Amino acid sequence: MTAVLPVDSATAKVERADAAGQPVLRQRGQHEVFCGLTSIIWLHRKMQDAFFLIVGSRTCAHLMQSAAGVMIFAEPRFATAIIGERDLAGMADMNDELDGIVARLLERRPDIRMLVLVGSCPSEVIKLDLPRAAARLNHLHGPDRRVMAYSGSGIETTFTQGEDNFLAALVADMPDARPDAKPSLIVVGSLADVVEDQFKRIFQSFGLTDVAFLPSRSSRDLPAVGPKTAFILAQPFDNVTAQALLRRGANQIRAPFPFGEEGTTAWLNAIAAYFDVDQSRVDAITAPGRARAQKAMERYRETLHGKRIFLFPDSQLEPSLARFLYRELGCEILEVGTPYLHRSHVASELDALPATVRISEGQDVDKQIDRARAASPDLIVCGMGLANPFEVEGYSTKWSIEFVFTPIQGYDQAGDLAELFARPLIRRARLNVEA
Amino acid sequence: MELATWTYEGPPHVGAMRIAASMDGVHLVLHAPQGDTYADLLFTMIERRKTRPPVTYTTFQARDLSGDTAEIFKDACRDAADRFAPDVMLVGASCTAELIQDDPGGLAKTLDLALPAVPLELPSYSKKENWGASETFYRLVRACAGSTPRDRPQSTAPSCNILGPTSLGFRNRDDVQEIQTLLALLGIDVCVTAPLGAGARDLARLPDADFNVVLYPEIAAPAARWLKKVHGQEMVVTVPIGVGATADFIHEVAALAGVDPAPALAAGERLSWYSRSIDSNYLTGKRVFIFGDATHAIAAARIADEELGFKVCGLGTYTRELARDVRSAAARYGLDALITDDHLAVEDAIVAAQPELVLGTQMERHVAKRLRLPCAVISSPVHVQDFPARYSPQMGAEGANVIFDSWVHPLMMGLEEHLLQMFRDDFEFHDDAQASHLAAVAPQRTAATADPFVADTTAGQEAQIGPVSWTDSAEKELKKIPFFVRGKARRNTENFAAERGVNPITIETLYDAKAHFGR
Repeated sequence: MTAVLPVDSATAKVERADAAGQPVLRQRGQHEVFCGLTSIIWLHRKMQDAFFLIVGSRTCAHLMQSAAGVMIFAEPRFATAIIGERDLAGMADMNDELDGIVARLLERRPDIRMLVLVGSCPSEVIKLDLPRAAARLNHLHGPDRRVMAYSGSGIETTFTQGEDNFLAALVADMPDARPDAKPSLIVVGSLADVVEDQFKRIFQSFGLTDVAFLPSRSSRDLPAVGPKTAFILAQPFDNVTAQALLRRGANQIRAPFPFGEEGTTAWLNAIAAYFDVDQSRVDAITAPGRARAQKAMERYRETLHGKRIFLFPDSQLEPSLARFLYRELGCEILEVGTPYLHRSHVASELDALPATVRISEGQDVDKQIDRARAASPDLIVCGMGLANPFEVEGYSTKWSIEFVFTPIQGYDQAGDLAELFARPLIRRARLNVEA
Repeated sequence: MELATWTYEGPPHVGAMRIAASMDGVHLVLHAPQGDTYADLLFTMIERRKTRPPVTYTTFQARDLSGDTAEIFKDACRDAADRFAPDVMLVGASCTAELIQDDPGGLAKTLDLALPAVPLELPSYSKKENWGASETFYRLVRACAGSTPRDRPQSTAPSCNILGPTSLGFRNRDDVQEIQTLLALLGIDVCVTAPLGAGARDLARLPDADFNVVLYPEIAAPAARWLKKVHGQEMVVTVPIGVGATADFIHEVAALAGVDPAPALAAGERLSWYSRSIDSNYLTGKRVFIFGDATHAIAAARIADEELGFKVCGLGTYTRELARDVRSAAARYGLDALITDDHLAVEDAIVAAQPELVLGTQMERHVAKRLRLPCAVISSPVHVQDFPARYSPQMGAEGANVIFDSWVHPLMMGLEEHLLQMFRDDFEFHDDAQASHLAAVAPQRTAATADPFVADTTAGQEAQIGPVSWTDSAEKELKKIPFFVRGKARRNTENFAAERGVNPITIETLYDAKAHFGR
């Protein structure tokens, strides 16, 4: 292990990651991964005045209900406008139908300030122009109610890429920063409120006052963006958003992602360095957090040290999680699967992993299952469709979906993140019954 | 276009998956984009299935659309045939693949696979999950059983098939066991139980049985009708849920098999006696609202009416294919059936019917929770709770016992009602009080909850105060009525007053209305 986790400052690192003896295994075949619509499950909780209307099929509605569970009590702030035979046969004008549904929805939910039309596989295939529909609906319902559109379709996006497309659409809505604007920071990627608040307090101690989080908790609080704006990704999957911000003149701060003590420190250091905060001051501010993170992780080191871990693709968090497991908990990483590898964003994560780690992008699930069985790992990190069958075969598994629903970033969640990996192993050791 | 928050049924290809997942030796190759694999977790998580469902998805992407998605499908078929070596392959398309019109059936034919491939037409934009399951089962039965009538093998005992139980079916796992036990008591052999637990090769033996028992018409009716037409097998369509229906079922099966029904009828259940016992008096006339798939809704209405002495105040289904049956059942209770797949319409109907018990799906369970009504789940769509570890059938004698417990336990017991009356002004025992054992840790109740919708609906019942007003003394008197019937008393009194032009409502009006409506 090297003492300091490398912080990327230029794309030159991209080449090194590949050159570091980590050829990427690219697979196409059956993807056992959610589509981008699924990110609505956390986005609608995060942005509390937004309603997400999927324009799609019964499958989309069924997906949302199955992925979210029928356990959501209240009427959720998402729904599906289900395309039917009459729409496809041209017996009904789809734009008129959509306008009618939107009008009914907005009437029913006066609390909604932003209505988001979400494209799906069927709406993309029949080339239903949702951005145009959004413009038309804005004309009808604006300016009090904003209507926007993005695509979460499975033919274009996996799971977390839905968030990316939504945030990129929000970037288009952000106002221009005034020419005399002071330097500002945007943290890009959904974080749990508790994590946001922790980071906010640290940024305040750094002396950074103009900090915004994307997505914001309210659709009315979108930050301004301009050449004095810097942004940092808090989630590795928000790539299109990063491109959109760069096009708006913002500057990207590159860093490892804030998982574990090391990742969080590197992430905060990169921000501090960009804003010329004195390093000794940064060290003093982060010292208590670093100590707490180390203490909290210590409890799980014994359980996880030397454990062999195989990660199936799910959320694109996999390279960062693998780095965390390898460097901070002493795990051995067998394979890191990811639906997409944005090498420029995760370059420092890949650099921190040894060359023996297999990196795979995309998926042919049957072949990957064969590889997992052959590798005989101590823990398989995978989706809910695969986990129970692996358990029956005698493997311990961790459902990957929990990493996008649980607060895991930052110092005070480092122990929680370690515990998520340790729990299945501890549980298996405790139980004296067979599957 | 139709607006949906929750749906009672998935798309038809999920129905096809349920058939494939129910059986051995059947593999479904589904032309579908990335994301449709979510359906796997219904099986591995909700049902806690121990293996992945036997489904291969082609996972085509946007960039493939301009290229050759048909080639991707053919590769997936070949790979699945090699890897899983099924006896039969099902080929079909999900909603997106239906739009690109690759014709999976035609493509599979060109492959010269060493196994039969059964093509499925699953119209996603007009049909739904149960239709997809029944269509898939019908196609499979046709393909495997063959259309040539043949002589039944000579055997000493009469025999039948059990058709309809599926993976992800509501309590199907245990219903099958219950019905097999019942048939054994009658001395009837079960030739094949399908699709749940059957192999593709078993379907070839279907014509060997004397008749078919259709446990779930939603799934098995088309296949059974075809078997009757082609192979001359009679079908039993009485669904043995409840004491009366189980007896009818036994008589019908015994008559067809030419056996004595007595041994099966003698198998006791406890529902009858528990319902007759005096402590059940308080169940009399309880208003019950019923919604579910057609099979379970119709059966529930009969049990509620004939076996528990409830009053059925609403009956409906999302199964449009069997709407006629539900309508005629509803007519027996003087009701118009609610045929809809819009759960908000069901919620409105529940509010309007003012039930004291809701029997429904998981969706109605949530509605009932919001309205603070007792509820029991009687039908799919299923939830992880609907796969209990214990034996818990709905059919047959044990099914009747299970139903008695699960419908009656959510209700306040008669004795508890009396206690409520006696202690209604007790400081620890009023409608805003937490359960006493939680008092120390319970947060103070606040009127408004975070979600405006929840606040609206819970408040809805009491807040619908019409133009009539209440005198202070009448309002105080109303408070003396137990909280769980207070909303109803308020509404009844207001309707009574409005009809007679009485305003404001006095104590006299309150008791006049009570006398008018009775309990």
